[in-house]
Amino acid sequence: MRTKETSFRGFIKALPQNMFSGLVVSLIALPLGLGLAMASEAPPIAGVITAIIGGIVVSILGGSYVTISGPGNGLVGVVLVAITTLGLSATYAAIICSGIILIILGFLRLGKLADYFPSSAIQGMLAAIGLIILGKQFHIMMGNKIVRANGIEYLIEIPNTIFTVMNFQDKSLIYAALAGVLSLGIMVFYSKIRNKYLQLIPAPMWIVIISVGFSYYYELILKMPNPISGNYMIPAIPNIQEILTDIPTPNFEMVGTLPFWSSVIALTLIASIESLLSIKAVDKLDVQKRRSNVNKDIKALGLATVFSGFLGGLNVVTVIARSSVNVNNGGSNRSSNLFHALFLVVFILLFSTELTRIPLTALMAILVYTGYKLASPDVVRRIFTIGKEQLIIFFATLFVTLKVGLISGIVAGLIATFIIHIVVTKSLSLFIKNILKPNVLMFKEEDGSYFVSVKHFCSFLNFNMLKSKLEAIPEQSDVIVDFSLCGFVDHSVMENVHDYQELFHKKGGNIGVIGLEILGTKSEHPFALRRLLPLQNIISDNKTKRQKNLELIADDFELTYKPLKSRKVEFLENFIYFKTKKIEHIFNQLSAKKDPCRLFDITFSEGEFIAKEVVRSTMLFIKTSKTLPAFTLDREGLLERLYVLAGYKDIDIKNHADFSKRFYLRGENENAIRSLFNDELVRFFESNAYYHIESSKSGVLIFSKERVASIKEIKALLDFGIRLNKILSQH
Amino acid sequence: MNTIAFKTIGIGVTFSPNLEANINEAARFALCFGSKLVLIHVGKASEQKSKAFQKFLSPFKTKNLEYEVLFKSGNPVDVILSSTVEKKVDLLIIGALKKENFLKYYLGSIARKITRQAKCSVLLLINPSIERVPCKHIVVNGLKDPKTKETVTAAFLVGHKLGVDKVTVVEEIDQEEVSVNVDDDKSLRKSTIIKERLRLREEARVKTILSTIPANYTKDTAIKSQPIFGKRGYSIGHYAQVVRADLLVMNAPTKMTFWDRLFPHDIEHILTELPTDVLIIQ
Repeated sequence: MRTKETSFRGFIKALPQNMFSGLVVSLIALPLGLGLAMASEAPPIAGVITAIIGGIVVSILGGSYVTISGPGNGLVGVVLVAITTLGLSATYAAIICSGIILIILGFLRLGKLADYFPSSAIQGMLAAIGLIILGKQFHIMMGNKIVRANGIEYLIEIPNTIFTVMNFQDKSLIYAALAGVLSLGIMVFYSKIRNKYLQLIPAPMWIVIISVGFSYYYELILKMPNPISGNYMIPAIPNIQEILTDIPTPNFEMVGTLPFWSSVIALTLIASIESLLSIKAVDKLDVQKRRSNVNKDIKALGLATVFSGFLGGLNVVTVIARSSVNVNNGGSNRSSNLFHALFLVVFILLFSTELTRIPLTALMAILVYTGYKLASPDVVRRIFTIGKEQLIIFFATLFVTLKVGLISGIVAGLIATFIIHIVVTKSLSLFIKNILKPNVLMFKEEDGSYFVSVKHFCSFLNFNMLKSKLEAIPEQSDVIVDFSLCGFVDHSVMENVHDYQELFHKKGGNIGVIGLEILGTKSEHPFALRRLLPLQNIISDNKTKRQKNLELIADDFELTYKPLKSRKVEFLENFIYFKTKKIEHIFNQLSAKKDPCRLFDITFSEGEFIAKEVVRSTMLFIKTSKTLPAFTLDREGLLERLYVLAGYKDIDIKNHADFSKRFYLRGENENAIRSLFNDELVRFFESNAYYHIESSKSGVLIFSKERVASIKEIKALLDFGIRLNKILSQH
Repeated sequence: MNTIAFKTIGIGVTFSPNLEANINEAARFALCFGSKLVLIHVGKASEQKSKAFQKFLSPFKTKNLEYEVLFKSGNPVDVILSSTVEKKVDLLIIGALKKENFLKYYLGSIARKITRQAKCSVLLLINPSIERVPCKHIVVNGLKDPKTKETVTAAFLVGHKLGVDKVTVVEEIDQEEVSVNVDDDKSLRKSTIIKERLRLREEARVKTILSTIPANYTKDTAIKSQPIFGKRGYSIGHYAQVVRADLLVMNAPTKMTFWDRLFPHDIEHILTELPTDVLIIQ
């Protein structure tokens, strides 16, 4: 049992880390806030105000742990419509109203609004939002500002804009377009380069730094005016005094009109959906596996939105990309959200004039990338693998959203999904008769496990019943979910149940799903069957050169080579390295039955959304004969010394000053680690190449770089591992 | 102290494909309890009809079944209800219909009306059969209700007579009693503790009921008590279906108003989706 005092001490201990993480997040939040506000045609500072208010209010009152709040990309389209139809000051009034509705929703425990929407429809809506952002900002990024009626027309104009840019005569516009394209390049290629110094500053901040540096280079060294057209620079950012004196007054005159309330509803809907999806995704990343209090968070977000509206900011939502950066940089509680807000205040205080040196085109490149990520072909491909009918729902939502608007789009998605469900089951009465029935039975069996049985049908319409039962089960338990009395289970449910399976697995429990087999054969169930297909990937037919070489190595070391993808990665889950990362699969395995060594290529991802980086790497896992204390050993560089300053501890080994200086050793149980690192082991590490070495209760993990290793490196790694294992087992 | 005796068993009979099976089931039940069987037919008496009934009943005559056939015209609901009072029937057997192509059963409108208004206990049979299908597992409700004690006793009596292996007492606990909403880890822990406490309380209550049941009824059966957090009346039916119980024994509803039918609860749920054979104890 944790007492209040120890948790307070833990909080203080984690404070430097959270401060560091808040700093990194604020580096992204600043350019994104400016860009998102400008994309919605609000004054650029509105985005920063939103982030500051959101960070302060939600960090104090919120119910989640590692989320970051601020202006959201999903809202760009809605705010844009609101500002063009209502005007800026009435939009602030609409934002305040939507904040109040959010608070009410929170109190009514209806925060889980997003559960009632089918997931393909939500995907379609998000993709439409992405296309709206991409379509509109692409032209600004290229230095060719145009005004069109709706999202589709902007998209159609893209080839035209590219053609226009090719024929630019005005040099200042060419520079503007170049800044945009280069920035887009930075956004795209940033995640491909794994360098810890480069990665310390997020891509959007690199864009800011480079463009401000470029501007100073012209001013101070070349003594020339900035070559980029003044029309494509960020307009003047007010300083803090101006912000405080020029707080806009919201205009409530339009409160009685229909467009006002349709804006309010759209703002509320999108704000709650975006926040919920983000909270859910961030909870999965949380190292401490805590469960967020969604309704409390929605209340805090609503209150923050009300304040933000009064102070000239936009809707406050939980944002996924910034939150994932927070987790990756060691954010562990809400204080990092607060620090992110405070650092933003500092930036505005100190650098508000410097920000006008950023070209608008560069800023819009960040948004174009965001839009692309929301509507990327990967999303379509993933939905296609689930089922063709999901694609119909997806595109129905997408097109209606682009052509008419967000609310119509999501309604179209709901209707399309429902019609498809009726067509698939060939029965309308199944849904109408049973929709209100409490169709989920849960009981605890004598052995302490839980049994959940679902009757009739289970789809987005009544998933909340199953969800509320699953929520009430402690995650350490064994659960069986039985769908055998169910005539129909839809894709949204399957996806959500899968999420619960992951959650339970993470916390030591287990959810087994039964009864779907009958369903598949009886009603030719489309969703359940197809979900399992994309797992197997046969590549053995055409092996690459590297794979052929791996086969040779396998012969050499008397190991068996398995090229196929495998999802059996439980043995890696205890390693600290993977705590904030999501393992996709391992492949190209070299192993043998009795041999403790196991070499493999691995694909994992870090971060979410625009901050997502997919990494492939080669690692060696050794199953040690006895349990070792958990430790992490790295080469000590500049960054590791910084980490020590940020509150991480480096364990020094006595009488080995050289080792202690060159290696960064970390772990909880210091005494056990010190006794493990005897002279022989220390000498072994000192005399060999540097590797990242980590131990957990299941074994030791060794790798060098965060990329796939070459054949030569693999041989060295295997050799290193075998020798290390020998020393460890003598211990 | 045994108030449930089923001295007279009634069954409404019509000439349907199920007639033989219905009569067989009722007659077996009557023999089992040593009770008198009353066949109630809505319609005029005729030589032909009586012959048909006699034909089906003849195998049981040899086993000394005491029976009576009653012919009465009029509204089926009224006729059957008045006959049960008149003949002092204390268990009325009603056959349910089976949906085509589905493994689902439902009650016809007449049967439903009778069930709602009957003053005696009612047994709803989902698939009456000519041959005897052994009854192995009985699920009985353990609601906190003055009628429960009698119902549980009746369940054990029936179980004893039919030779069942297992009786499960299900305590349905309304979700509302768990006053904590699960929002995060802390409230989850709290609600788990409250649930555990409620569970113990309910089990203790059921235990006191069980202790009053005559020992010879409980001798050869395994007894299980199962608390369920869920909607009253609905979850017990669902549970019976999940554990493939052969008979579900329930309290009779206290009163039925128009609203109860509009917003179905308790027994109404069971009537719309018969999970198995249901015995409603009055």
